[in-house]
Amino acid sequence: MSISTKRMFAAVALAAGLATGAAQAADPVKVGFIYVGPVGDHGWSYQHDQGRQALQEALGDQVETSFVESVQEGADAERVIRQFAANGFDLVFTTSFGFMNPTLKVAQQFPDVKFEHATGYKRADNLATYAARFYEGRYVIGTIAGMMTKSNTVGYIASFPIPEVVRGIDAFTLGMQAVNPKATVKVIWVNSWYDPGKEREAAETLIAQGADILSQHTDSPAPIQVAEEKGVHAFGQASDMSRFGPKAHLTAIVDNWRDYYIARTKAVIDGTWTSEDTWGGLASDMVHISEYNSEVPEDVVAKAEEVREAIIAGTLHPFAGPIKNQAGEVVVPEGETLSDEKLLSMDWYVEGVQGELPK
Amino acid sequence: MNGRSVGFLTLEPRAHASRHWVWGAPLLAVALTLVVGAILFAALGKDPIAALVGFFITPLTSAYGLAELGVKAAPLAMIAVGLAVGFRANVWNIGAEGQLTMGAIMAGGFVLSVNHLSGFWILPLAVVFGALGGALWAAIPAWLKTHFNANEILTSLMLTYVAQLLLNWLVHGPWRDPAGFNFPESEVFSPSATLPILWEGTRLHLGVAIAVIAVLAIWVLLSKSFLGFQIKVMGLAPRAGAYAGFSLRKVVLTVLPLSGALAGMAGFFEVAGPIGQLQPAISPGYGFTAIIVAFLGRLHPVGILFAACFMALTYLGGESVQMFMGLPLAVTGLFQGMILFFLLGADVLIRFRIRIGAPRPGKAA
Repeated sequence: MSISTKRMFAAVALAAGLATGAAQAADPVKVGFIYVGPVGDHGWSYQHDQGRQALQEALGDQVETSFVESVQEGADAERVIRQFAANGFDLVFTTSFGFMNPTLKVAQQFPDVKFEHATGYKRADNLATYAARFYEGRYVIGTIAGMMTKSNTVGYIASFPIPEVVRGIDAFTLGMQAVNPKATVKVIWVNSWYDPGKEREAAETLIAQGADILSQHTDSPAPIQVAEEKGVHAFGQASDMSRFGPKAHLTAIVDNWRDYYIARTKAVIDGTWTSEDTWGGLASDMVHISEYNSEVPEDVVAKAEEVREAIIAGTLHPFAGPIKNQAGEVVVPEGETLSDEKLLSMDWYVEGVQGELPK
Repeated sequence: MNGRSVGFLTLEPRAHASRHWVWGAPLLAVALTLVVGAILFAALGKDPIAALVGFFITPLTSAYGLAELGVKAAPLAMIAVGLAVGFRANVWNIGAEGQLTMGAIMAGGFVLSVNHLSGFWILPLAVVFGALGGALWAAIPAWLKTHFNANEILTSLMLTYVAQLLLNWLVHGPWRDPAGFNFPESEVFSPSATLPILWEGTRLHLGVAIAVIAVLAIWVLLSKSFLGFQIKVMGLAPRAGAYAGFSLRKVVLTVLPLSGALAGMAGFFEVAGPIGQLQPAISPGYGFTAIIVAFLGRLHPVGILFAACFMALTYLGGESVQMFMGLPLAVTGLFQGMILFFLLGADVLIRFRIRIGAPRPGKAA
């Protein structure tokens, strides 16, 4: 870059700064985050907070962020959301399904504040929703599990039987059975998003029942630690958990909220924010597959990458027919794909999942 | 006994429990908590005064904040006062959380079955169902105790998990909102089954007023009624009570369902007030926190009212310093832990007096 272009650059930047920067510097956009778990869970809430930190770093003085962690999904949520709104916050992210109705209530009381609710389905003019197609990532790790299991039994530690979790189990199983029709999935429900003790017990039980690979839809790294102790393999949840099981951790589905949080906050600053529904996946990198462990054989990595790229390219949909339910009946015929609406209310297991879905 | 000596300090037993220190100890505990809290904030690199103000004052500076204190303190006070009745009689109900849940289930089930109707009769009936749910759930450990001498601490605690799993099953299954995309939530309660708001623009609901009335009613029961007298006697001297012809059986079969009924009502007030529907998480552990509140309030209804407000304030304060000062959530737990720790420590002053120096020789008690 020549000196003159540098100067020109500086002049333009200065002019822009004079026009808008002064007002922004004095009055940063305030963004609040509400987490259902502790920021130190290394799972769901941790990743949202990573997104918040990235936002703070990317936008610097233009933004002021704040968060409240471990907010119960009961009567407390509404108060915390309202406190943000009443204290001059411009944008509030509520990051758990159970915050849906309280977020909507507060959004109605504060029409000038913008709200974003993760994983819900109720929207308003100032309430947007966002979620990630984690099932795409689960299909990829299902592929790895199918190729690597020797006992043909894979363990799955699940939290609550809501559509999001059921969809994950189904996508994982479909990915696994596509490469290994003999493999089956055993599920244990721990009825918690974050309970290291229960998650550990569930992991031990699954291994005792013959599982040589574990997958989880709970947030603590306890199952990874159990897998490391018992010499089996596991997949990280929400963040790269490889440090909790250097040998056991094959790869992880990483929740990447950074780009989304930065884009949405910028939209508020620019005045272009609108209420919409975002469902990002592998293509937008909202769902990210972390580094593969060297324990994963090369042909398995190649297959997983092939599947990942096919999903990104749109040539492979995890829920493309034919799909059978547990009873062996064809639910999605060949040539059809399960619609987003059906995916959002998923409440049945595909063939290959053992046990009954609690209802 | 000459009292216990720690170096130059000696603890000397008092002839009578000090009346001053019964009420002085909690105040001393609060004072010590504030001092240590200030030191802690300073160690975290925050201005201690600003942090204490942020924790204890800021939440109360708005009408909404005051109302929230009531919303948060009401279930704690109502449950704690019920537990205190039992604790005074040496009946240890640890399962108020389960009774709260059962109250919410019974009342919620009734509400959902008439959710398409409207009428003034729905709400009072639902409250009765809530009380009944809690009372029946607490009657199980009461019956197990009187018939099999089963320890009510264990049975009431275990039944808590049963109640929570039952609620989980109901909202995941039969009571799930058909229009709710299979998410585990019931329908939103109709306006006829929702508690009216007492203070416009806040969440202060009718349940808060009823909680205060319940606390006062228990005060009258304990201080003026024959049952209250029996409860106290059975707690302090069960054998004397037995000689007087009081029945432990009767006391157990009364106080456990009574505390259960209060917890059950509190449960219904949560789902019909701030929450507005049945869902898997209806209480952030009010039933367990109420045990602390009961002891912090010296098992006395008025003390419990203050203790519940203080405990509620620690939650609001914890949120406020997280939001505005970036302090960690652990601060809430720390303050709650410190207040209990100092209270238990300060309690020693009720029965002992501190003397500087070695124990006096020859003064045998």
